[in-house]
Amino acid sequence: MQVYLPIAEMSVNALLVLGMGGLVGFLSGMFGVGGGFLMTPLLMFIGVPAAVSVGTQANQLVGASISGVMAHWRRGNVDVKLGAVMLMGGVVGTAVGVWIFGILQRMGQIDVAISLSYVFLLGTIGGLMLVEATRAMIRRRQPTAARGKLHRHGFLHGLPLKMRFPRSRLYISALLPFGIGFVGGVLVAIMGVGGGFLLVPAMIYMLNMPTALVAGTSLFQIIFTTAAATLLQAATNQTVDVMLALLLLVGGVVGAQFGTKAGGALRGDQARLLLGLIVVGVALKLAWDLVAVPADLYSLAIGS
Amino acid sequence: MKLPAALLALCLIGFVALSARAQQLVADLSNHLIAITTGFTGTEVVLFGATDGAGDVAVVVTGPRTPITVRRKERTAGIWINRRSVTFPQAPSFYVVATSRPLQQTVSPPQLERHQIGLDHLRLEPEAEVSPERLAEFREALIRNKQRDGLYGTSTGAVTFLGDRLFRTNIYFPANVPTGLYTINVLLIRDNEVVSAQTTPLVVSKIGFSADVFEFARGQPIAYGVLAVAGAVAAGWLAAAAFRRV
Repeated sequence: MQVYLPIAEMSVNALLVLGMGGLVGFLSGMFGVGGGFLMTPLLMFIGVPAAVSVGTQANQLVGASISGVMAHWRRGNVDVKLGAVMLMGGVVGTAVGVWIFGILQRMGQIDVAISLSYVFLLGTIGGLMLVEATRAMIRRRQPTAARGKLHRHGFLHGLPLKMRFPRSRLYISALLPFGIGFVGGVLVAIMGVGGGFLLVPAMIYMLNMPTALVAGTSLFQIIFTTAAATLLQAATNQTVDVMLALLLLVGGVVGAQFGTKAGGALRGDQARLLLGLIVVGVALKLAWDLVAVPADLYSLAIGS
Repeated sequence: MKLPAALLALCLIGFVALSARAQQLVADLSNHLIAITTGFTGTEVVLFGATDGAGDVAVVVTGPRTPITVRRKERTAGIWINRRSVTFPQAPSFYVVATSRPLQQTVSPPQLERHQIGLDHLRLEPEAEVSPERLAEFREALIRNKQRDGLYGTSTGAVTFLGDRLFRTNIYFPANVPTGLYTINVLLIRDNEVVSAQTTPLVVSKIGFSADVFEFARGQPIAYGVLAVAGAVAAGWLAAAAFRRV
């Protein structure tokens, strides 16, 4: 069943897009990440222009995060106060990101910039996740191994503007969640990802947040940064295709519901290992596309 | 659907055949409007006409002209990055030629050039001065990329004659056809010369829901953004509520 996308100005198979939404939604519900890092490359792969993929992805992430956050909300796994500080940083970051996106687009380097940031971020984070999850699994096999310190005090704890976050039992500088949110916001705008794959590890390792709260809280703040990104992309670049977003959403929210349930059955380290493998896989694929000789060295762009 | 359309085309061919006595060449389209609706997957338009005697016919379909930038990737520090670029400010977004016979040998190059018959004779002027070698290279790349998207092409023998005078051809427009005003040039060729030409307009336009969405997104981008967010919120909420009981 073919459907014409009014903004992307192309015709796609509706069932294919629904299926893509469902698969990515399942993974997003399972790991508490937005899934944008899979969806944006998939959309570009079926021929949607990069700019439209990124803009539309922001829009569909609004819906996906809402439906995702509800499940966590009911279980009380959202730290609203911490999320609010993060989203303030997120909105500022989104504005900066949309501005950078425009500059790169005019220079004709947006595609390579998107690919490079994917390879760099996904490669680094996926690699770290793999190492950490493997270590955790090895530790589980050796019950005699010594237990690590409850939490360490590094320079991150010396930052000013300390705030209490009772839900997470944290007393940390507000600059930390603000900064993490800011980086997340830039990523939403440039890469069309919620930034969950970056926010989740940052919240676990930098903030030492309780793992149970991490997925819900990151989804909570992603709702607002993606909403801001949708508005800005629609207003400045006109790259939000509601038709495509709707198709992705229908598939995505259904998948996310099942994913959340499936995620409950996985152990934390297993989930992180699996996510790490997927993230590294996507990074390797994109890195290969950057290095391999392109099928056609020349490409077209409408406009001068 | 197929049969009545064919009948109609036949009737019209008969009609233009009568009026063709006065003129050397008469041609028309089965449809002057291609409507891009939500279910649009590409379409075919029938062009039919009559001549006042034997001859060859070439049909040149040209889409709206837009600036197109061609970029060339070069390996830089191991990865392929866009480096050189050439902009063609007046490149046709769509260009298809259908002929009744191979014309390269029979028609003189100046004639082909003048009427822009064939991809080799398509007029593509660069924005800034570039060397002839580079122009040729980027011009070829533009045509190759457009051909891959199904937006440029030539088809020899696609114009078929019924007898000496009546001719018809099917022009295919793929799903990614650019919107705007198209011109269709029908040329009658006799003794290696273009002896008669007729121009017919064709409009490719979004219609219905997809047109409304496009207009809204362009006209009121902020309101569009707000609605897009509201829609996503509602959809996400509904889905979560629906799945609560599962």
